[in-house]
Amino acid sequence: MADTNRTDEAKKAAPTGANGSGNGARTVLGVRIDPQEVKKKALIDLNAVKEPTKTEVYKSIFRVKHDETARSRTLGVLSNVFLHLHPAKVNRDAVRYNFTWGMGGISFYLFWVLTWTGVLLMFYYHPTKVQAFRDILYLEHDVPFGKLLRNMHRWAAHAMVLTVQLHMFRVFLTGSYKKPRQFNWSVGVILLVLTLLLSFTGYLLPDDQLGFWAVTVGTNMARATPMLGHEGPFGPQMGMTPFNDVRFALLGGSIVDANALLRAYIWHCIAIPGFAATFMIVHFWRVRKDGGISGPAPVMLEREIKPVRR
Amino acid sequence: MDWHQLWTIVSLPDNIPIVGMLFIIPFFTWYGLRQAFANDRLLERLEADKDLAKTHHRKAQPFQKGWAREVAVWPFLLRMEFLAAVIVTIILMVWSITLDAPLEEPANPSLTMNPSKAPWYFLGLQEMLVYFDPWIAGVLMPTLIIIGLIVIPYIDENPLGNGYYTYKQRRFAIWTFIFGFIILWCSMIVIGTLIRGPGWMWFWPGMTWDHNRLIFEINRDLHEIVGITSQPWIGIFGGVVVGGFVTVAGYACHRIIVATEFTRKILDRMSLLQYAILQGLLIIMLALPVKIAARLLFRIKYVWVTPWFNV
Repeated sequence: MADTNRTDEAKKAAPTGANGSGNGARTVLGVRIDPQEVKKKALIDLNAVKEPTKTEVYKSIFRVKHDETARSRTLGVLSNVFLHLHPAKVNRDAVRYNFTWGMGGISFYLFWVLTWTGVLLMFYYHPTKVQAFRDILYLEHDVPFGKLLRNMHRWAAHAMVLTVQLHMFRVFLTGSYKKPRQFNWSVGVILLVLTLLLSFTGYLLPDDQLGFWAVTVGTNMARATPMLGHEGPFGPQMGMTPFNDVRFALLGGSIVDANALLRAYIWHCIAIPGFAATFMIVHFWRVRKDGGISGPAPVMLEREIKPVRR
Repeated sequence: MDWHQLWTIVSLPDNIPIVGMLFIIPFFTWYGLRQAFANDRLLERLEADKDLAKTHHRKAQPFQKGWAREVAVWPFLLRMEFLAAVIVTIILMVWSITLDAPLEEPANPSLTMNPSKAPWYFLGLQEMLVYFDPWIAGVLMPTLIIIGLIVIPYIDENPLGNGYYTYKQRRFAIWTFIFGFIILWCSMIVIGTLIRGPGWMWFWPGMTWDHNRLIFEINRDLHEIVGITSQPWIGIFGGVVVGGFVTVAGYACHRIIVATEFTRKILDRMSLLQYAILQGLLIIMLALPVKIAARLLFRIKYVWVTPWFNV
């Protein structure tokens, strides 16, 4: 019975409303449609297109206003997951290129370039003796932009070895390894070694003469490891042969062959990037925890040296 | 003068970083030292004028009253980072479009490449193979380089120059690093890349890489020159020579460490262990150029021959 009552009321109300405003509102299948209302609502959505920053969707994603107040600028950095490693403010002279040379940041950027180009290369590469070299030829001649991809991976790797060294050179010249940043310098040295190892393991992967002989020369040195290599001092006395020494462990065999290719591939694509990423997390974290970027700091005079505490 | 040969080596795509290094390393050395000297001039002014030292903002960079000491990361730092990323991307794009990554023939264990070279950043180590046995050049030295770099902050007891460029306050540290990084590491890479040709023979820039070249040189061990012919005297003699080198080099290093009043003050701050590690690393670092000179100038192969290892 209640249903009947409501329908009756609606029937009564609809014509009254329509007549009262006189704007052509009608009832279709029991739903009241007022064109003015619909227009008003549509305008709200249209205005949102004009000013997207005021929509709930935008606010839910960015949460901070994008204006020039100090508060918004600070929150814009602090509440963004990709930027949160930055402090909100830095030393005004630290943003100048001449103090840092930008080499640490560029090294990190190159690591990203290498990760992305590397992942794309992995789609086309099989770490097997039969296919590795053919895959490179395929990349060079058939894959769209394959040659560009491979070139970029190689040149970014060369560039990264250079920028990491220059970064270390800058950190040394500015004395930035001194207290309280001693440990972070050591982490940086590990990262330098990992960079070189990443580049070295990648060298073998094309399975061409260049990589093969470079890795042969490189790993032959491992034969001479004292105690652990079969040609090293005290190696034979330790029972080392070509089939159980440290070089055998590196290559997965006594010669650079299929196992070495697979091992280089896994070190190159999984293990060392994993280590490097882990150490990078520590490195960046400690930059912040050790008081941010080291300078340019106010110079200290010789007479101001405090006696050492023991 | 074989210009074609020179061009072949220099224009090899894989050698671009080394050719670039010839310009980049001197540039950044100058760029860093220029700022160091600017700070040194400021330091001299502040040392001389105590009142100025109290009021000066103590940086070579200009600063005026009313300027904020810190700036917002967004936009002032992030726009620099973005710009750097864009520039690096453009450089990489141009580099990758214009130069192709090298690809030789398929790997062939029965066809040795001559010269067969390690990747360019290991050529310094490969060059050391000329002067030392592989266990020193390929294993001991790299390990010591890594350990030496890691311990730098723990043996450098000089509290000055923390976070700013300076030469005056850190002469010893800067010379040591430049000696190790530029003179030993970088120049050995350059030699290994540009100078060493077939058979790892020395070819001056512009000489033709002649695969049939033979060099008749007799490398002797030091004990042969002296005329000692039998063990254990050979081993004892070599040990004495190496011990003599360690003593002389250690004494020379010590003289440098106590050269000025300031360096003596720093030495006082160091523990015995710190001093011992510093001396050990310096002596081994000095052994490198000494052995290079002995080999290149006097054709001496080993100075210390024992039944187990040779140095």
